[in-house]
Amino acid sequence: MTSSRAALSIVPEPADRPVKLSVRGVRKSYTTGSGTRIAALEDVSFDVATGEFVCLIGPSGCGKSTILSLLAGLERPDEGEVLIDGRPIVEPGPDRALLFQDPALFPWLSVRQNVEYALRLRGLGPAEIRETVDGWLAKVHLSAFADLQPHELSGGMRHRAALARALSCQPDVLLADEPFGALDAQMREILQKELQLVWTELGNTFVFVTHNVREAVFLADRVIVLSARPGTPLEEYRISTPRPRSFEDVLVAKVVLDIHEHLAKEVERATREEGLRPGLA
Amino acid sequence: MPRAKRVFDQVWPRAALVGAILLVWWAVYETGLIDPDKLPSPADVWNAFTSNLTGEDGLLPAARGSLIRLAFVLSVAVVVGTLIGFAMVASVAVQRSIGTLMTALQALPSIAWLPLAIVWFDFSERAVMFVVFIGGVPAVAIATAISIRQVPPTLTRAARTMGAKGWTLQWTVVLPACVPGYWTGLQQAWAVAWRALLAAEIIRVGAARGLGHLLEASAQDISLIIAVMGVIVVIGLAIDYGFSIVDRRIRGKRGSLVPA
Repeated sequence: MTSSRAALSIVPEPADRPVKLSVRGVRKSYTTGSGTRIAALEDVSFDVATGEFVCLIGPSGCGKSTILSLLAGLERPDEGEVLIDGRPIVEPGPDRALLFQDPALFPWLSVRQNVEYALRLRGLGPAEIRETVDGWLAKVHLSAFADLQPHELSGGMRHRAALARALSCQPDVLLADEPFGALDAQMREILQKELQLVWTELGNTFVFVTHNVREAVFLADRVIVLSARPGTPLEEYRISTPRPRSFEDVLVAKVVLDIHEHLAKEVERATREEGLRPGLA
Repeated sequence: MPRAKRVFDQVWPRAALVGAILLVWWAVYETGLIDPDKLPSPADVWNAFTSNLTGEDGLLPAARGSLIRLAFVLSVAVVVGTLIGFAMVASVAVQRSIGTLMTALQALPSIAWLPLAIVWFDFSERAVMFVVFIGGVPAVAIATAISIRQVPPTLTRAARTMGAKGWTLQWTVVLPACVPGYWTGLQQAWAVAWRALLAAEIIRVGAARGLGHLLEASAQDISLIIAVMGVIVVIGLAIDYGFSIVDRRIRGKRGSLVPA
């Protein structure tokens, strides 16, 4: 286990690997309840290579979650294209799984049944489902809790169950929308470490949205910093520190500082502009 | 907590309430301030209860008659109301038309339909059923629609990203997710139907005997009237308790139980 992780820890540059996800010139706006039109994304373009871990980071309301919804196929862009393996994404599919800030487990099902859900939809046989689910529950350390109801789990365990449920169908792409945002700092770090392990083992393509810079730098191959609303990519950071990483890494700490500074400037700029255009606040 | 203690905690406030009511009632009776023809003693009511249990005009056959009516009409109303509720969620046009009609019907007390029902169906069984039905259906329909609309969107989003759509999504997520809210709706709907039924029976509508008929027929016997009212209340509490037990099961399993 340790040796294989070490072997996987040096991430090749994306140029070596085919593009998995493409976002090309995407625009998206919403109409609010009061009828105001709000531009969420403006001219967003980026690629994600197969097996790459990309974190999207930006001030709140910058449209990070919208990008994920588009990649998940829950929404369509107003303009531009969102592609997977070169094909347009038009609806949710088993090749992409999405994790939310709320674990969104089905409260009427046991932990096991929750993880089974997607497999049942696929129409797998009971023996195969059992085996797959057992494997995932073990991976997220929930084997002993399989028959509990979600509300009987702690917050961190619920997130692990949601992770197992999302990964059970072995999606090529995992999308995560601030999945640990509501957890306390300790639990968050534990889950980030576990996620790093699971991902190094699986090697899925991963797009992870967060507003926590440390989390982004700790997890990602590449961090894309988005501007304040309407969101557009401002800057990219490649994190080449080998995995497994620790929060104490000097390089990690240096990039965290850099991005913090960048974000602080961006928020300041946006606030100043909002101040000049009070109507849009 | 030991079981005996839990049961005791459940029972004593209720027992205390019944005791207090009986005590005040009996004390007022003993003062002699109120004519015993207007307020009989608890013992008189108990005698009226025990001596009128069976027989053609007995309390038990009447209770049975009312409950059979309720069960029959409420079952039909639940099926029809649930289907209307689904349709209201599925289609904006249905919501705006039938949904508005349901709200309008709910604004009308069921008993307001009685004069029309009597004109249309005479004092027949069909007239009672009509009144109970027209009270029950909007209650069920609106409760169904609300319970579906309150299904957390995070759950349906999660299911959609795992590939659920169309009927599969409705069947595996929306239906199970709306069960607690739906059940609460039914708990309210049955009470609406029960009140409509008794009101209709008091106006002597319907062929078979019911508790409402008995209430009206025993107008000269004040003790019996109070006994009938007591029976109506006890049946109501019992049915409500039945609903609560199921409700606790549903919510307990999901961890959304509000302690009571």
